[in-house]
Amino acid sequence: MASPKRIKKIKFGLLSPQEIRKMSVTKIITADTYDDDGYPIEMGLMDPRLGVIDPGLRCRTCGGRPGECPGHFGHIELVAPVVHVGFAKLVRKILRATCRKCGRLLLEESIKKSYLDQIKLLNKLGQTSDEIVKSVFRDAIKVSFCPYCEETQRDIKFEQPTSYVEDGHKLMPADIRDRFERIPDEDIEVFGMDSKNARPEWMILRVLPVPPVTTRPSITLESGQRSEDDLTHKLVDVIRINQRFQENREAGAPQLIIEDLWELLQYHVTTFLDNEVSGVPPARHRSGRPLKSLSQRLKGKEGRFRGSLSGKRVNFSARTVISPDPNLSISEVGVPIEVAKELTITMNVTPRNLEECKEYVRRGPNNHPGANYVKRADGRRVKIIDENREELAELLEPGWKVDRQLKDGDIVLFNRQPSLHRMSIMAHEVKVMPYKTFRINPAVCPPYNADFDGDEMNLHVPQTEEARAEAKILMKVEENILSPRFGGPIIGGIHDHISGMFLLTRGKVTLNKNTALELLKKSDVKDLPKPAGYENGKPYWTGKQIFSQLLPKGLDLTYRAKMCENCEICKREECEKDAYVVIRDGKLLCGAVDEVAIGAFAGQILDRIIKEYGVVEARKFLDNATRLAIRMIMRIGFSFGIDDEDIPREAQEQIHDIIMNAEDRVKRLIEAYEAGELDSLPGRTLDETLEMKIMQELGKARNQAGDIAGHHLGMDNSAVVMAISGARGSMLNLTQMAACVGQQSVRGERIQRGYSERTLPHFDEGDLGADAHGFVKSSYKKGLSPIEFFFHAMGGREGLVDTAVRTSQSGYLQRRLINALQDLEVKYDGTVRETRGLIVQFVYGDDGVDPSKSDYGRAVNVRRIIQNVTGEVMEG
Amino acid sequence: MAKKDTVEALMKRGVGSKTAETLCNAGFTLSKLRNASVEDLVEAGISSTNANRVMKKIGKPIEKAKEVSPELIDSKLRGLPLPPSIIDELQRDLKRIKLTETQLDKILQMTVAAYEKAKVEPCEAVGIVAAQSIGEPGTQMTMRTFHYAGVAEISITLGLPRLIEILDARRVPSTPMMTIRLEDEIKSDRDKVRKLAWEIEAASPLDVGDLAIDLAEMRIMIDLSEKALSQRKIAPEEVAQRIRDEMGVDVSLDGLKLIIRPEQSSYRELLQLVEKIRGVTLKGIEGIRRIVIRKEDGEYVLYTEGSALKKILQCKGVDPIRVKTNNINEIADVLGIEAARNSIISEAMETLREQGLEVDMRHIMLVADMMTCDGEVKQIGRHGVAGEKASVLSRAAFEVTVNHLLEAAIRGYVDELSGVTENVIVGQPIQLGTGDVEPVYRGG
Repeated sequence: MASPKRIKKIKFGLLSPQEIRKMSVTKIITADTYDDDGYPIEMGLMDPRLGVIDPGLRCRTCGGRPGECPGHFGHIELVAPVVHVGFAKLVRKILRATCRKCGRLLLEESIKKSYLDQIKLLNKLGQTSDEIVKSVFRDAIKVSFCPYCEETQRDIKFEQPTSYVEDGHKLMPADIRDRFERIPDEDIEVFGMDSKNARPEWMILRVLPVPPVTTRPSITLESGQRSEDDLTHKLVDVIRINQRFQENREAGAPQLIIEDLWELLQYHVTTFLDNEVSGVPPARHRSGRPLKSLSQRLKGKEGRFRGSLSGKRVNFSARTVISPDPNLSISEVGVPIEVAKELTITMNVTPRNLEECKEYVRRGPNNHPGANYVKRADGRRVKIIDENREELAELLEPGWKVDRQLKDGDIVLFNRQPSLHRMSIMAHEVKVMPYKTFRINPAVCPPYNADFDGDEMNLHVPQTEEARAEAKILMKVEENILSPRFGGPIIGGIHDHISGMFLLTRGKVTLNKNTALELLKKSDVKDLPKPAGYENGKPYWTGKQIFSQLLPKGLDLTYRAKMCENCEICKREECEKDAYVVIRDGKLLCGAVDEVAIGAFAGQILDRIIKEYGVVEARKFLDNATRLAIRMIMRIGFSFGIDDEDIPREAQEQIHDIIMNAEDRVKRLIEAYEAGELDSLPGRTLDETLEMKIMQELGKARNQAGDIAGHHLGMDNSAVVMAISGARGSMLNLTQMAACVGQQSVRGERIQRGYSERTLPHFDEGDLGADAHGFVKSSYKKGLSPIEFFFHAMGGREGLVDTAVRTSQSGYLQRRLINALQDLEVKYDGTVRETRGLIVQFVYGDDGVDPSKSDYGRAVNVRRIIQNVTGEVMEG
Repeated sequence: MAKKDTVEALMKRGVGSKTAETLCNAGFTLSKLRNASVEDLVEAGISSTNANRVMKKIGKPIEKAKEVSPELIDSKLRGLPLPPSIIDELQRDLKRIKLTETQLDKILQMTVAAYEKAKVEPCEAVGIVAAQSIGEPGTQMTMRTFHYAGVAEISITLGLPRLIEILDARRVPSTPMMTIRLEDEIKSDRDKVRKLAWEIEAASPLDVGDLAIDLAEMRIMIDLSEKALSQRKIAPEEVAQRIRDEMGVDVSLDGLKLIIRPEQSSYRELLQLVEKIRGVTLKGIEGIRRIVIRKEDGEYVLYTEGSALKKILQCKGVDPIRVKTNNINEIADVLGIEAARNSIISEAMETLREQGLEVDMRHIMLVADMMTCDGEVKQIGRHGVAGEKASVLSRAAFEVTVNHLLEAAIRGYVDELSGVTENVIVGQPIQLGTGDVEPVYRGG
């Protein structure tokens, strides 16, 4: 590919009337667009020289077809000049800062000079001269006699949006233009303006450029009627008034009428440029909808800048629903065959791949790994169809290009919105599969923040060799297991992976040969260790042994599992909960494998493997571990139903008693409060103290109830297993289901809102009791009373509102952060600079360490090295 | 046969079967093992940890190879191309264990190698990574504005609102707060601390008495409390004088009763006066609205609602080095831009940590440096960093599109197309990361 031209810089400036005329291909004089035959009228707004939009026609100016011809400007000669709204404020400032007679800046030569020097210096340093320019205007406006011609300056009032009054006498744009023309170039520079590209008189329009038809295409409705663009409508208005103005002036109409028409012309030009100026009623379409002006086209999220220029549309992409497939590797993505047939990769035919290419072409578009198009050496693209595939295959020769279909092993980018961090787009290997959803391994859900409740994801196929290399080296899933946010794994086992692994490794699970082999069947591991022992003469293996088979040799690790309760004296290896995990030389000696071991965001084992054995090993481990876990959980059978929340009658009674006691205590607190016997906590009012104490009391009761329930739900309860292993849910969730839901809150307080002095009409006024303010005694299992249900809904609603507000706020924060920091880069000298070369940091992060290569933020794990060299394990 | 014996002998001494076998296969016998070094074993294909374990069990009690002295460690550490934090860690940990010189050298060599491996690569787009790393957890943060952190009595803004506040570089945070630690002489004396607190806390007339509006007579009455006055060491006359000075109204004192009459006796005037009286500071530092004293690690610490850094630093008895405030702009004014930078880092880190979100310090450092790199605290956003960017297109694409374009035309700005947004807009590769380098064909 020839290296494309690079735009080096873009200069901004104002268009002078001469320039507008020069770039114009025609003067527009008639407001009509098409004649009766449907042909565009010459010198009308749809003049064929302005470009083409109708298919089949050619541009009269450049001869290009629609799509090729960029369009060409025309112009309207305005009968009288009008002010450009965007510059209205600046026009006033300049009017007040220059002499009404000689047009010079109202500052003495020496002051002017010093300002000019400062501006030049700042410009040279690449800094803004805003402050200086501001003070120039501030000083100049105060002057009442021109220092050059001694003319007395008059006060100029500005009336929104575009009229200027000098001593009760209205200044017409023509007068303003005359004055501006007298300002010398040198004085213009002091206003911070570019005298060559932005003369102030150019802010008063005498000629209006007419944008090409390509920017305002008309659409043909079903009825065959043409519907014009808003801009065209606006231009029609301008031309009409312009004509009327001219006729009236030539007819010698009275000044009053001329002025009215002038104002009307100003209005139309203003609303052509910006239809949201304050003080101007927006121009409307016949239907009453405000017209979309030039400014509105640029502005805002869907505007030209953010919507069309910063956000690009692409080809070679696909989108569909995602669903899980635990048998895929984490670095794979299952692509529906329909999608694979549509997406293509261009192959350059060379003598070396000629045969391969021929085979693709021969298979055609309907026979999966086939090809959809060939591009001949002369650049003609030919669609492959069943009728011509054999023929094309024979014709194929080096120099041609073949668009072959996506097949297994291709690299594609996979993405889920919102793309909040770089792990939201990762490269996967294609695995073409039947059915219509994208399939991913559930272990890669955390970085995408995906679930399978109907989420859709996008897939992009990189088209060049460079792009594919980059995707493979930098964006592969395994390269992104470690998050640059904190230097730990962000991909890891979730839900059933963790439950399964936990059930396999906790305590002593014994497995016979068949089971053991079956569990390992889907993993890379093909051999079993020596049996742990014999039972009835048959060998058996432990779950820990099976898991150990997946660990790389030489891995040493000691940590505490999720269920560790931080006992005062740690029994270490003897822990009866199996919460002390020891791995020696790749053998799990004790402890259960849970979320802290292989989970996303936490996975200790995973983390160690990546950092010591590399990402490929880590990917293999994850693939094997998740498969093993899924097999295990399928073997055991793992379910949760409503009867898993059952607790014995005596426990229910205990819970009932606890809650009754708590209510009693709350009652006593209220009595004490009403009797004035309650002491307030330091820095709190009496009311607040009471609230806090009640909350405390009820919280305590809920916890006690929860403890009792937890006590009766043993480790054979699936929900308990999930909570303890960290797979899903918490003991709190469980106790809410089984024992007591507890206090509902809005804004961190008990529920206070509702009727005057009470939350619901069911309560007495001023009732401070537990149930009057949202304490839910029931459990979810038992069911909530209507009143409890209502309070619960209040708490729930707050949560929903909170989430909605939060997403918008944090989205905006993210946008601002990205915008502020996106240009920063580490240079070869190790400094962090922004694009202008401004140094932001001399060494990145004070130590030059990449957080994604660090060990949870630390540059080097010194202890690990010492342990490796000397064998000394250091703690504390 | 001999091999099998050795394996058994080794296993008897507590060596794992696999290790034992590898050792024998490498030709080791018991006697040979006794004379071997750890390195020899490693060469035979055993992990270093294991080798050490084997040596402990079999090798002759590792001959006390000359231990390195702390001085040698220090001298070796000097001049290593490592950041201070690692040097410190090495210094601390190496002195706790016994080492031979070869081991020391090996450790240092491995550390330097690991450090080199962990360094950022040139062309890395660290800015975007930092922005994402801070922005992404934002979605997981709570909106709950008020939270009682640390001190139950003082509520402070936390979570996402606080993070936004820090990055917005607001002049005054929504809940300014200070933590004041005191000098050694008084820090453990409860009475003295209490006294100091009374001195610092701003007292309004309402703090020392009860206010009542007498509508019949069109006057305001304040019943001063003797206890409150003596606690704060204010004389009733002083209160009267202060109100007179501040507001220029007629104040008369009758015992402990303050009677204030507005100049014009209108109801509105009266109510306005009450509001004004509320705002009068009789004593203490303006802005310090409330103080809570807490005992922490054997010393009394003052937590204040409101912040007035400059004045607090000048207070007698306050340990100026250990005073903290959460008002970043105030820190910039009083202590300078470097202090403000550190404060942005610590405040942002604290906010994130409190939410249980782990974010690497380096990302926040970069944001803080970006906000403070030209000497004043700039906001992340339109009125700060993003608004001062060199590129017109980039600014236009961010916010207030039209105004930026109009201004660019007037000023004759030139967009050099060096940043990310500009190049995306014109459709060319960006000059960051892999866009900043090109593959070169090395012939031959």
